[in-house]
Formats: sequence, structure tokens, C-alpha cells
Amino acid sequence: MILVWLLLIPFVAGALCYALDSSRGQGASRWIALIGSGLILLIALALWATGNYHLTNAVQGTAQWHTQFQLEWIPSLGISFHLALDGLSVIMLLLTGIMSVLAVASSWGQPRNREGLFYANLMWLIGGVVGIFLAIDLFAYFFFWEMMLIPMALLVALWGHDGSSVAAKRAAAIKFFIYTQASGLLMLASIIGLVIVHYEQTGAVTFDYQALLQTSHGGAFGMVLMLGFFIAFATKLTTIPFHGWLPDFHTHSPSDSSVDLTGVLVKTGAYGLLRFALPLFPHASAEFAPVAMILGLIGIYYGAVVAFAQTDMKRFVGYTSIAHMGFVLIGIYAGTLLAVQGAILQLLASALSTAGLFLVSSQLYARLGTRDMRSLGGLFGLMGAMPGFALVFSIAALGMPATANFLGEFLVLFGAFAHWPVIVAFAAAGLILAAVYALYLLHRVYWGPPSIKTPTSGLASREYASLLLIVALTLIIGLYPASVLQVTTGTAHEIAHWFAGPVSAVSSSQP
Amino acid sequence: MSALFLIIVFPVLGALALSFFPRMSYNSARIIGAGSVGLSALTMIWLMVAWFSAGGGAYVQTLWNWVDVAQFHIPLALRLDGLSLTMIGVVAGVGFLIHLFATWYMVHDLEGAPGMARFFAYMNLFIAAMLILVLASNLLVLYLGWEGVGLCSYLLVGYYFEKEANAWAAFKAFLMTRIGDVSLGIGLFILFINFGTLNIHTLLQQAPQVWGSGAPIATLTALLILGGAVGKSAQLPLQTWLIDAMAGPTPVSALIHAATMVTAGVYLIARLHGLFIIAPIALEIVGIVGGITLLIAGFAAIAQTDIKRVIAYSTMSQIGYMFLALGVGAWHAAIFHLMVHAFFKSLLFLTAGSVIIACHHEQNIFKMGGLRKQLPFDYALFWIGGGALSALPLITAGFYSKDHILSLAAVNGHVYLWLMGLLGAFVTVVYTFRMIFIVFHGERGMNAEPGRGWIIHHTPLIVLAILSTVIGAFIHQPLDGVLPSASDANSLGMEILLEVISSLVSLGGLVITAAVFLGARDALAKVVASDAGQKIHQFLFGGLGFDTLYDRLFVQPYYFVARLHRVDWIERIANIVPATALLFNDGLATTQSGQLRWYAFSIFGAASIFLIILVLG
Repeated sequence: MILVWLLLIPFVAGALCYALDSSRGQGASRWIALIGSGLILLIALALWATGNYHLTNAVQGTAQWHTQFQLEWIPSLGISFHLALDGLSVIMLLLTGIMSVLAVASSWGQPRNREGLFYANLMWLIGGVVGIFLAIDLFAYFFFWEMMLIPMALLVALWGHDGSSVAAKRAAAIKFFIYTQASGLLMLASIIGLVIVHYEQTGAVTFDYQALLQTSHGGAFGMVLMLGFFIAFATKLTTIPFHGWLPDFHTHSPSDSSVDLTGVLVKTGAYGLLRFALPLFPHASAEFAPVAMILGLIGIYYGAVVAFAQTDMKRFVGYTSIAHMGFVLIGIYAGTLLAVQGAILQLLASALSTAGLFLVSSQLYARLGTRDMRSLGGLFGLMGAMPGFALVFSIAALGMPATANFLGEFLVLFGAFAHWPVIVAFAAAGLILAAVYALYLLHRVYWGPPSIKTPTSGLASREYASLLLIVALTLIIGLYPASVLQVTTGTAHEIAHWFAGPVSAVSSSQP
Repeated sequence: MSALFLIIVFPVLGALALSFFPRMSYNSARIIGAGSVGLSALTMIWLMVAWFSAGGGAYVQTLWNWVDVAQFHIPLALRLDGLSLTMIGVVAGVGFLIHLFATWYMVHDLEGAPGMARFFAYMNLFIAAMLILVLASNLLVLYLGWEGVGLCSYLLVGYYFEKEANAWAAFKAFLMTRIGDVSLGIGLFILFINFGTLNIHTLLQQAPQVWGSGAPIATLTALLILGGAVGKSAQLPLQTWLIDAMAGPTPVSALIHAATMVTAGVYLIARLHGLFIIAPIALEIVGIVGGITLLIAGFAAIAQTDIKRVIAYSTMSQIGYMFLALGVGAWHAAIFHLMVHAFFKSLLFLTAGSVIIACHHEQNIFKMGGLRKQLPFDYALFWIGGGALSALPLITAGFYSKDHILSLAAVNGHVYLWLMGLLGAFVTVVYTFRMIFIVFHGERGMNAEPGRGWIIHHTPLIVLAILSTVIGAFIHQPLDGVLPSASDANSLGMEILLEVISSLVSLGGLVITAAVFLGARDALAKVVASDAGQKIHQFLFGGLGFDTLYDRLFVQPYYFVARLHRVDWIERIANIVPATALLFNDGLATTQSGQLRWYAFSIFGAASIFLIILVLG
């Protein structure tokens, strides 16, 4: 039942916010949003602290769920409302909880039209994300996947950046919508194809993950089905060349960065790869692995170079996260236990450091009215503790040891090196470019002659607490990664196990 | 010895306290900043006593399991043995003296501006990172400290962030060392997949058995590790950052050049000596890199005008000697020179800092001049430090350490390295005493106010001065059993001959330098003013053109590539898809004109085409 609560909380909170929208109690909606996201965080924390996620049934080839919930939905089509939780979903929910609280906190006190509707959309977006992390019936999963798009597009179109024109905001929202919608349709086609294959093999129609895992599909058809999933997830993960929506999305999203923080969660297309693309299609994925890893490699370099050339801070941060996701992709498709664990860590690490940089850039915007790095400079020592935080997030983004980002990247590289030494060597060299863009950000914004004469206000305690929380989490995961890795070890084990056979077969046939 | 972790905890706590309360008073920042490293130094002394009374050996302390995924088992463990004990002696000991002096220097340098807490926070973190580096029992923990010192040097070099040049210097320092870090990282990947561990002790035991001597993979790994070492230690080809790193406050230069950072590469190779011994080619390259760098840096030092840049080039050159020592298998001599160098180099930098403050922040040696009467204390210290740097025979510590390296190079059959070292020794004397004679002799250039304060100004300088003399050479380094002993096959007569030769070189150099810079400066100025003289001077002054070369080869091309990517062209290409959709949409929309004639014509036309196809097919 706890899983149902996790889903109900954001949706009910969203409905309450909506109900309050037109009435006089506008200020109340943010409290409801805060309580709602706080509850998600608390439940996720409780699940993280009390559960035992070590167990793995990988040998039998079935997933090991910690908690499940199943309700008949459309029995004639074998569709049920099936929610389940394992270590990976717990970590993702924890991240969702943290990000939602931070998102609400960053939107706090910003004047905006129709505040109730804004928070309603925010909560529904979060609800959709929670659903994605819980649903294991493929139909239900797709349902949440699609449902999340609408509030997200609305948030950008209606409450987007004050510096952007209405047309630009709308264009960004539509672009995001089309990218994800089109790739989502490919996934739907693949899901249906998979169900049909399963029906031909067993005579049963079902959308259930557990059952579909047993389906065997080789050859070109399996590859096509897998690609449907891959393109959908890669679009969310902003893998080159499916990344086009991201820069515009972040440039025109609300100025207070609240939506960017939840937008970070969308990049957990990696979760989809880990949960569905790899386990459902181990052979096709293994054959596809070299392509995926090279796409990841391209992302690392392309993201780094394009980020370096940006002038808008949020656009810059968007491109750096594309570079980070390159490591995630390499880790996932290397498929060893170490690399998968590294990919999960890198996902969290990048979400945190990216969120930190988004928050800082919106706080800068709130004080100086610009995010153009050409007109900034020398802010170190002028804005209270903010430059210090920006420094920490930047060095996390470049993968400094003791931050979570370092372990994420290095576990991926260590885990992938045995089979893919050349790709790993190039990916590691990409860390030089990571240093270039991260330091260039500091250089342009915080170092050099001061661009403003009068010191502006320092951080409010709400802002300080948010940034400090991100720093603390980055360091905790970076120095004691067992806090995450122990929880995800079961899931990562399963994935590595399913993937191990095909991958070694493929890589040994490569020169 | 269970107190081992405290040596790191103190400076970390200091750094945390200083960074959370950046607006604390000058005095609180100075007390916390120097005090935390002082506690660390006391811990170091305690550890030395405990280690020697326990009879040596190795003591391992595991703090917690850092990473534990399948075979990737990385405990956050510290290992205290003879080598790391020597290193923490240098890091915490010399580091503390530098901190103490910095409490004097920074008050005069900041002159009331904010930033004291920030300065000491970075400094403390620097010490902590370096201690982690030298105490690490496995390579990933070492890497933590390794990148940590890179970060701290970045922060400290860019400490005066408002000057654009300083920010670029910091950027350059971080970037160039990171290139080395990546090389080291790839080396770690190879080690891990071959041995399933990153524990240094285990690696050193297994590598010779698994790989055997001269194996290509061993050579490759050793070269990758060397890549990391040349980055941190500012050796060819990653040496250019060190000179620009002079942008930081002078105590920072002392810390980077003496107690931390640049010695890291030497330590790394010494620590992983087992990997280099089975890779003779790589070891030879280590020596060659050292030999070439020591000459390049020495010649560049002769043409410098900034007092700190002269000393900076001398560091590069002296680290070159250490690499040369490692390359010829003189492991003990390399670490010995590392320690002695830490003494006299921090002495030189701190004294230079004292002179700079005395001269009201002037750093150009040609504007100083004749300071010997006004700053007798600094003058004496410069003679001691400069003498040790030049390895003046018998009375200086530098003589014993450098001479040891040179004689082992000759004895181990690396005659060309020996000759390079000998030429370097001559150059060293020339640039060192050129600096001293220009600063302290000749016409009086300005009014200087000598530094005051016994405890924070005089004491650190005097302690370092004492250690730079022959007294420092008596310090025994407990390296037996950790590093392989050098062959002592050479005869006493041979050794004395070699010592006499190098003594003659340094004394001869001193005489010539004195003759030129005390007697014939005008003549020299004429030579330099000539066309060829100016060209040579410019070439040496610019560090032999490496900066220009790298700028053309890497920096400008990267800017060019980045300019091409101001537009996300992959995204633009992807936009073709919706653009074509729109095009079709427009095309089809115009066909819906609403005119009956047009529709009729279309239907008729299409039907005709179908008919034609049917008839012909």
C-alpha cells in the first residue's frame, strides 16, 4: 500500500493546489506542495533506511521486488496496475523527493500568476515521475511516461523565464513535447510488438514486466523493438542526436529553476534503460552496446565543447549535463556490475551538481537580472556564500574526488575498461574538457575584475539551506557511496547477470 | 600510532571552520589556520617517536570502506612506513613553518582587505590533500589526494581573483596537471584489470611476478604513471604551469614548491618503484625527462627579472634532478634531495616574500638593488638558501643531496645524464647568484623596511636556514626496506673524484657569476642589448617558447572548434525533420485551394497517370 500512497500524495496535493487556485487562499498552495513533496521524501527515506535490498534472485533470472502492489485494470488485455519497488527505484524515489522539496523551496515567494495552477502542475509532474519509477506493467509505465509531458510542457509555456518572449517559451514547450511524444510513440510501438511476440510464444496477452522478461526475441526484429525503447529513453537522457529539446527547455523554463530541478529527473531515462531496455532485450542490447557507447562518447565531447561556447548560464548547465550523461550511457552499456553501479552513482551525482548549478544561476538572475556570462565577472566575494557554492558545484561537475561525480565517472571507467579499453581511454580524456568548461564558468562569472560595483544581498536562509543540502549529499555519496550502492546492488547485480552472457559474446567477437 | 588519522583530521577541520565562517577576524583566521597545521605537525612528531620506538615497519590504519563493489574493494586506508613518514615530516613540518610565516606575510599583503579566512582554508585543505596523497595505502585514495592538491593549487594561485592574469594562471595550473591526472587514471585502470587490486603494497609484490621485466604492458603502465607525475611535478612537457603559478601569494609558492604539490610526482614514482624497475625503458625516460627539464628550466631562470620567477624556475630544475635520480635508480638520493630541497626552497621563497614586503610589493629584481645594508637578515638567509640550491661544497645540505645524485648517475653508467646534471649545476649557480647579486649588491634601488616579529617572521626562517646547512644533511631517512638500496659498488676514490669535480663546477660558477655581476654588469648589458643577445634573452625569458607552442597547438584550435560550436549544429540537423514536415504541410495545404476546377483537374490528372501506368505495365 505504501506504493499507492507514494503515488496518491502528489496527485492529491496537485488537485488541492488546483482547487485553491481561484479562491483567495493562494498562498496555501505552496504549503500543500511543500508538504506533499516532503511526504514523498520522508516515505522514500523510510524505505531507504528500513529495507533490505541485498537479496538477488539473478540466478533464476527474475527480478526481486521488495514491495509490490497489483490491481486489475484491463484484464482482457492483460493490463494491470502493477507497482513494484526494488533498490533502484528506492534511490530514484529518494532523488525525486529531494528534488521536489528543492524545487518547491526554490519557487518559494516568487510572485506569479495563478500560483495554485502552477503548483498543481508541478505536483502532477512529480506524480508522473514517481509513477515512472514504480510502474512495472508496461502499459502503466507508458501511461505515466506520457502523463508527465503535459504538466511539464505547460510549466514552461505558461510560467517560463521572464526574459523570454511568449513565443519562445511556447516554442520550447512544443519542442520538448514533440521530441518526447514522437519518441514515446516509438516506445509504444515496441511495447505492443513485444506483447505480440510474447502472445505468439505463449498464447497469453500480458503487459506485465515479469512475464515479458521471459520472452525470447532474437535477430533483426528484437533489435527493432529494442531501438524503440532506446530512442525513447535516449531522448530523455539527452543522448546525441536526440538532445535538441534540452537547451531550449532549460533556457526558457521558469526563472526560479524549480522546473529545471524536476527536469533533471527526466534525464533518468537511464532508469528506463536499466529497467527495461537491457533486461528485456539483453542480446539486442549487447549487439547495440558499441553504438550506444560511442554515442555516449560523442556526448561527452560534444556536450563539453558546446557548453564551453555558450553564453547563457542555464544553457551552459544543460550542455554540461549532456556530457555527464555520456558517462552514464557508457556505464549502462558496459553492463558489468561495477559499471552499472557507477552509472547509477553518476546519475545521482549529475542530478545533484546540475541542480546546484541551476539554482545558483537562478539566484544570480534574481539579483542581477542577467544570466549572460559575458556581462558577469568578478562576483567572488560579492554575493555572500553563493560563489563558494558555485565553486563546489563546478568542481563536482568536473569530477573532483570526494564528490559523488568522481566515483560515478571512475566506477564506470573502471567497470568498462576490461572490455572497452579504447572507449574508456577516450572517455577519460574527456575529463580534461570537463575541467575546461567547469573552470571556464568560474572564470567568466566569478573570477576577474568585478562586474558590479555595489555588493548585492547574500543568500536567504532558504537558499543557503538548499545549496548546503546539495553539497552535503554530494560529499556524503562521494565519501561513503555505500549509502547508495548497497541499496542498488541487487538491481545492478541482476542487470549485470542478464547482460553478462551476451556482452562477452559480442565483445569477444570484436577485434 | 592509532593517532595517524588525526594528522589529516586537524587541517580538514581547520579548513571547514574557516570556510563556514569566512568573515571571522584576521586573528581568528590566523590562529585556526596555523594552529590546525601546528597540531598536525605535533601529531607528526608523535608518530615519528611512536614509529621509531616500534622499530619501524609498516602500520596500516583503515578508516572505512570507501568503495566496495564486487572485486573493486577500496578501503580508505592510510599506511605509515619509512617513505610516508619521511614525506609527512616534510609536508607537516615544513608546511607548518610556511603557515607560521604566512600569518606574518598575509597581514602585510592583504592590508585589511577581506580574504584571510579564505586563504587559510585553502592552505589547510592543501596540507590535508597532500597528507592523504603520501599516506594513501592504495592508488585510488592516492588519487583523491592527488586531485585534491591540484584543486587547492588552483584556488591558491587564483587567490587574488580580481586580476584577470591570476585567474588564467590558476586555470592553466589546474588544466595542465589534469592532463597528467587523466594519464595516471588510465594507468590505474590498467593496473586494476590486471591485478584486481589497487593496493600499492600488493601491486608492488605482484607486478614483477605477473608481468616480468620489460613487458610492453608494464612499460605502457609506467609511462602513463609518468604522465601523471610530470603534470604534478611540472616536468617536460607539462611544465609551463608552474611559472604562471607565481600569481599566488608568496607563502603559496613556498607551499607548492617545497612541501606539497610538485614533490608529488617524485613521491609517486618512488612509491611505485617496483613498476618502473620492471619497465627499464620507462625508467630511462624518467631520467631523460629530468635531465632535459633541469637544463631548460636552468637556462630560462638566467633571463628572469621577477624574483619569484627565478626561484620558480629553480624548482622546476631541482625537481628535474629528482627525476634524474629516479631514472638512474638512485631512489634514496631522490627522496633525500626532495627533503633538502623542501628546506632550502621554502627558505628562499619565504625570504623572497620577506624582501617583497620590505620593498612594498616590488618583485622586479632590477628595481631592488643594494639591499644588503638595509636587509642584512634576508641577505644572510639568501646566501644560505642560495648556497644550498647551488650545492656549495661541504657546508650546505644541497651539496650532499645533489652530489649523491650526480655520483650515482655516473656510477650507474648514465654518463650523459651525469654531464647534463653537471652542466645544470653550473647553470644553477649562475642564476642563483645573479639574483642575489642583483638584489643585494650594486646601487641602492629603493627604501626597504625589514620585517619584524620574532615568532612569526624570524623563527620559521631561521629554522629553515639551519636545516638548509650541513645540519640538514645529517637527517636520517628511514627508507631501507621501502625503497631498493642503490648499489654501493663504487670505490671511495671514484666517489671523491666525482665530488671534487662537482665542487669545482659550483665554485667555478660562483666565481664567474661574481665576476660578471659584481664586476662587469655593464659589459653584460651591452651583450644583451645587441640584436642576437636580445633574441636569446627573449627566448630564455619566455621559458624557451613552450607557452607559445602550446597556445598555437592546443589553445587556439580549441577556441576555433568552440567557436564553430556556438551553434548546436547536431540539433540544427535534427530540426530538418520537423522542417520537412512543415514543408509538406505547406505544400499540401496549397493544394486545398477550394476551386472546383483545380480538384477536377487533379482527379483527372491522377487518373490519367494511373491509366498510363496500367497500360504500359
